Amino acid sequence: MAAVLESLLREEVSVAAAVRWIARSAQSSEEDAGEAAALRSLQPLRKEFVPFLLNFLREQSSRVVPQGPPTPAKAPGSSAALPGRPGGPPRGGRGARSQLFPPTESLSAAAEAPSARRGGRRRGAGPARERGGRGPGSLEEGVGAESLLWAGSRRPRAAGSPGSPSRARCDPPNLSNLEEFPPVGSVPPGGAGTRPSRRINPTPVSEERSLSKPKTCFTSPPISCVPGAQPSVLDSSPWGQGPAAGCRSLQEEREMLRKERSKQLQHSPVPACPTPEPGSTLPTRTGSLTAEPADPAKVSSRQRLELVALVYSACIAENLVPNLFLELFFVLQLLTARRMVAAKDSDLEPSPGVLDSLESPLFQSVHDCVFFAVQVLEHQFQVLSYLDKGTLKLLAENERLLCFSPALQGRLRAAYAGSVAKVSLAMPPSVQAVSFQPETDNRANFSSDRAFHTFKKQRDVFYEVLREWEDRHEEPGWDFEKGLGSRISFQFNQHLMDSLSLKIRELNSLVLPHPEPSDEDGESDVDWQGERRQFAVVLLSLRLLAKFLGFVAFLPYRGPEPPPARELQDSILALRSQVPPVLDVRALLQQGLRAHRAVLTVPWLVEFLSLADHIVPMLDYYRSIFTLLLHLHRSLVLSKDGEGEMCFLNKLLLLAVLGWLFQIPTVPEDLFFVEEGQVDVFEVDTKTSEHGLDGVPVVDQHLLYTCCPYIGELRKLLASWVSGSSGRSGGFVRKITPTTTTSLGALPLRTTQGLQAQLAQAFFHNQPPSLRRTVEFVAERIGSNCVKHIKATLVADLVRQAESLLQEQLVTQRQEGGDPGQLLEILCSQLCPHGAQALTQGREFCQKKSPGAVRALLPEETPAAVLSSAENIAVGLATEKACAWLSANITALIRREVKAAVSRMLRAQGPEPAVRGDRRGCSRACEHHAPLPSHLISEIKDVLSVAVGPRDPEEGVSPEHLEQLLGQLGQTLRCRQFLCPPAEQHLAKCSVELASLLVADQIPVLGPPTQHRLERGQARRLLHMLLSLWKDDFQVPVPLQLLLSPRNVGLLADTRPREWDLLLFLLRELVEKGLMGRKEIEACLDSLHEAQWPEDFAEELATLFNLFLAEPQVPEPQLRACELVQPNRGTVLAQS
Amino acid sequence: MILTKAQYDEIAQCLVSVPPTRQSLRKLKQRFPRLVWESWEDFRMRSSSSRRYRAEPGASSRRSEHISSQSQATLLSIFSQEYQKHIKRTHAKHHTSEAIESYYQRYLDGVGKNGAAPVLLELANEVDYAPSLMARIILERFLQEHKETPPSKSVINSLLRDPSQIPDGVLANQVYQCIVNDCCYGPLVDCIKHAIGHEHEILLRDLLLEKNLSFLDEDQLRAKGYDKTPDFILQVPVAVEGHIIHWIESKASFGDECSHHAYLHDQFWSYWNRFGPGLVIYWYGFIQELDCNRERGILLKACFPTDIVTLCHGAAAP
Repeated sequence: MAAVLESLLREEVSVAAAVRWIARSAQSSEEDAGEAAALRSLQPLRKEFVPFLLNFLREQSSRVVPQGPPTPAKAPGSSAALPGRPGGPPRGGRGARSQLFPPTESLSAAAEAPSARRGGRRRGAGPARERGGRGPGSLEEGVGAESLLWAGSRRPRAAGSPGSPSRARCDPPNLSNLEEFPPVGSVPPGGAGTRPSRRINPTPVSEERSLSKPKTCFTSPPISCVPGAQPSVLDSSPWGQGPAAGCRSLQEEREMLRKERSKQLQHSPVPACPTPEPGSTLPTRTGSLTAEPADPAKVSSRQRLELVALVYSACIAENLVPNLFLELFFVLQLLTARRMVAAKDSDLEPSPGVLDSLESPLFQSVHDCVFFAVQVLEHQFQVLSYLDKGTLKLLAENERLLCFSPALQGRLRAAYAGSVAKVSLAMPPSVQAVSFQPETDNRANFSSDRAFHTFKKQRDVFYEVLREWEDRHEEPGWDFEKGLGSRISFQFNQHLMDSLSLKIRELNSLVLPHPEPSDEDGESDVDWQGERRQFAVVLLSLRLLAKFLGFVAFLPYRGPEPPPARELQDSILALRSQVPPVLDVRALLQQGLRAHRAVLTVPWLVEFLSLADHIVPMLDYYRSIFTLLLHLHRSLVLSKDGEGEMCFLNKLLLLAVLGWLFQIPTVPEDLFFVEEGQVDVFEVDTKTSEHGLDGVPVVDQHLLYTCCPYIGELRKLLASWVSGSSGRSGGFVRKITPTTTTSLGALPLRTTQGLQAQLAQAFFHNQPPSLRRTVEFVAERIGSNCVKHIKATLVADLVRQAESLLQEQLVTQRQEGGDPGQLLEILCSQLCPHGAQALTQGREFCQKKSPGAVRALLPEETPAAVLSSAENIAVGLATEKACAWLSANITALIRREVKAAVSRMLRAQGPEPAVRGDRRGCSRACEHHAPLPSHLISEIKDVLSVAVGPRDPEEGVSPEHLEQLLGQLGQTLRCRQFLCPPAEQHLAKCSVELASLLVADQIPVLGPPTQHRLERGQARRLLHMLLSLWKDDFQVPVPLQLLLSPRNVGLLADTRPREWDLLLFLLRELVEKGLMGRKEIEACLDSLHEAQWPEDFAEELATLFNLFLAEPQVPEPQLRACELVQPNRGTVLAQS
Repeated sequence: MILTKAQYDEIAQCLVSVPPTRQSLRKLKQRFPRLVWESWEDFRMRSSSSRRYRAEPGASSRRSEHISSQSQATLLSIFSQEYQKHIKRTHAKHHTSEAIESYYQRYLDGVGKNGAAPVLLELANEVDYAPSLMARIILERFLQEHKETPPSKSVINSLLRDPSQIPDGVLANQVYQCIVNDCCYGPLVDCIKHAIGHEHEILLRDLLLEKNLSFLDEDQLRAKGYDKTPDFILQVPVAVEGHIIHWIESKASFGDECSHHAYLHDQFWSYWNRFGPGLVIYWYGFIQELDCNRERGILLKACFPTDIVTLCHGAAAP
């Protein structure tokens, strides 16, 4: 491998050709014969090149004292076991390594193969995996200890194949440096790809995890901070204590190391980390570690650095490295290197004649590091330009970068100015409670009723099981397995898996709207934001669901680590291959790729696969998925741009998640660098079709950072460079950095700003932590309140304006005839510009509210100067928060609210409000004493049932009771407090039934001496009461036509003698009161003829009909009088 | 009216095989004067205790009188629930095709002899089935015979709501008779039950307003997209008899074992799962032993609580 690099350095081979050679197995015709020949001889080594290059760079940078996060959460006392103890090899991601992919053979050769170590690991203690890797069965794993493993990394077998001619020429391990000492067992040559090793595993997004452990997923840098700093978490591990036979050389190494180490400590005046030696008084890191200035003029071998940077960049660009962001982090560490640790004399000795070869160190000084880093960054500008605004700003303000490449700095500054990608690195708060959150648990957030129902059910099923356990688990003889086992070990999980699978399928196939590409005006952008948000919601939901599905699905297979021995594997594989996948993810992936929806499918698939057990990647089914993913990874070349290409940020997201996946401990290490010659893989086509989601810019920086929070580590690294050494806590503390204190307006001079940032930082630094929390809290709340306030005032005012404008428009439009959509556009174009006031008002609000809040929360005794600074910072932060939101969303908000108002008003144009306006409530003075509707329905029902019968001889109704009942009905209808429409409808219907019974004289009256019929006068009085209720009090339609239904008229047929006068009276009154029209009544009477009646009854009915028709259309007073003096006309009729 | 399980069982025993008619209820009221009387007392106590909190004593007493006139419905409520359990148990046997044919034949025979006689109602009482449900069976069977397509459920329901639309006059009368004589089933009873539930929610709302307890009601909650909606969620929790209450559910029925367990499963625990502990008011009382989940966050009351402790706002509060 080194040979390749050297041919490059000697310019025997062009970089382009080299990269082509690396990237593609087939030789390209573009290569000239000489190059081809040079490379052909190296052909067998092709796939080893990239791991070699990466390791080479790590190794070369081993003496760099990087800027970077310190060790998180150390186990107290554990450091005691470090270097002095034989057999306790220092390990852990940060302390001990200089290489990403250590050339293991040469190392172990030099170190005389610490076989005990290796053996120990192989024999199953697997402490690194157990502690550092994803532990089995825990969703929470992978943050704390594992986060150290960013640096730990994997060693591809390819890098360590024996017999490589370059081995001997490799730099020997830097024994002077503890980190150089490979802490983790080297890879046995030719072993199965399942060796445990430390991995980069920057676990992304997990709210649960963020609480349980410090969220430092990416903080272990590819370059370690200071030798020996790492207290080993493994010192109690079996292999750590077992000084196996044949370890003499190892102990020798330890001895050398110890010497080297103390020498080093003397060299570097300020050791960065607490001493590991118990009882030692070595200085601890107390102050700033000043950075050595970097000078472009002092770069040692420019040409060589340029070349390596070019090759390295090309590898990155071609996606030949497993994790793009890991490389960027490494490069930024070089950029921000504080100093170089003095190397052994021999290292510094120039070897004449081989200056341009690999014999001399690549990085001889900080100047070299920075030069190299800037070179690479120049090549990676495109990716950088898509990072969040905060990172861009820090990069643009980096003095070294300015110094080494003003051009790049200019481009970065321009990118920063144009960027809107504000991303907060703060993690969202963990959701632990089960309380219903209307914003998220809303039906509207579910694609279907079924999905919503499933969601509802889960919460309840869970608590049901929990309650049963609570109730029963203390009962003697109750057994968890027996009682609930079936529901948790199977039913519950199965239900969960089914639900999750269903939901994933649903969401994955959800049709997401595409914006019209031609729409570039701000208005359509508003909707587009909504759609992008929808995509983000869907994607994040899918990831969460897939993670849980993966967890549940692979849970039963998670066994002790390391994975089973090889003999066992075959039988396990045979068994496992029989088990159908819980969800056919391969088909979904293939569909996703074919439909150009990789941007949606791949991220959740990665989450799912990340929870797989060790066997999974060996199964044919999943192996093919990984192969597909590898091809996809390779094909996502960021620099390719043009028609039909996947959008840049979409690609970047996929690269980030895939890179993360390739670092998961369960994924075989050789997977990434494996030869790509899998025959059955269909070509991954990243060309997007017109309808594919991949071609739509659905991913923004916020989503990228949410899915891959470790990208934020780049910003933290740069921020810590700005703020100098991280002080006594020694860590990457989240600080108020210039990014958050800058105003929204034009940027002040960079230097001033940097100074301001440092001042703010310094200000908080010497204050109690509660001060910073208070200021941040106030800023957060006031900023949020400000937005609410603007909504309630400015936006509400605009909506009112819109309503009055609309009113005018509607008047004119009704004459001209217009389209409501157009109306909305007109209104919005008039009102949206007013949104600009929001920023001014927002600033005023924050200015007004923040200081008081800060004052109220800080102690009375806070010095005036401190108080006023705190107030000012709070105002600045609150303003920034509020204005950022407002400037991004105010137009959309106004538009949305106006739209809602317009549709409200347009709806109100319909007939509906007339009906509504008609409804009266009870009067203000009403004390709601009226009888309850239910009581009245029940009472009337009783009367009806007595009337209809059957009844006992003593049963009946008194006229007084009936009168009281109707009186109460009137009260109830006028009160309305307790009345609901269905009750009123039934009351109306019952009242009509009651009238029919009165007319037919069917109500048995109770009274002395016996049951008898109601007197005519009483009946008329009751009918009058009913008529007035119908006319004045009912607010629902009264089904008066029922009075003339065959059934009710038929009641008259049963009475002897038949009396028609009450019916005639009722009909006349209905007409007179305008309750029914004559025509309506005539129609009803007409239809009565169709029914089958006894002959005599039919005749009488016809007479009644004629009588009613004979009456004049407009009743005259004398006719009524005339009618009154002939009360018994009906009887006469009946008798005739 | 809170009954012990033993008391309740004793009452339930007496309700076995009693038809759901007006006459049966009258007899039951005579048999259990204590039940009716005590519930009166219950409501009187309620009104006197709540009067203290009301600016307008007249209003409260008037209102509780209305409720008290309903309180006799405690007995009806118990009877209705027991009867419904009975119907659920026996429902299937009345819906075999043999049973339907036999009922229909008996109906035809009966009205053939005398169309004015309460044929259908007596048939229902004889075979121990609810009159309204018997009316439905016969109506459905009738329509099957007279129409080519089997009648839809909504057609049947609409005919039961308005029997005058039934094409056959005799059947219309028979059906109507069944419906007005049925105390436990049928469109009228459904409406009464619905109205009672609604009225008690309104009453509870008024009481909450009187006590200055701010709340979100079911409609507001539904508009916000809540999947499970108690009648009221208190915006600021209160303590009732030492128990924290986040929500209140009004139940205008008697809380017997069967209905309470169903409610727990479908509603109360779901509320707890989302909103924390809460209060259920069974306005017509409940079985004492069911109030056993107080510690786990479900408190039962038969009236609006008087012992309410609200969050104090310190010395600064007025």
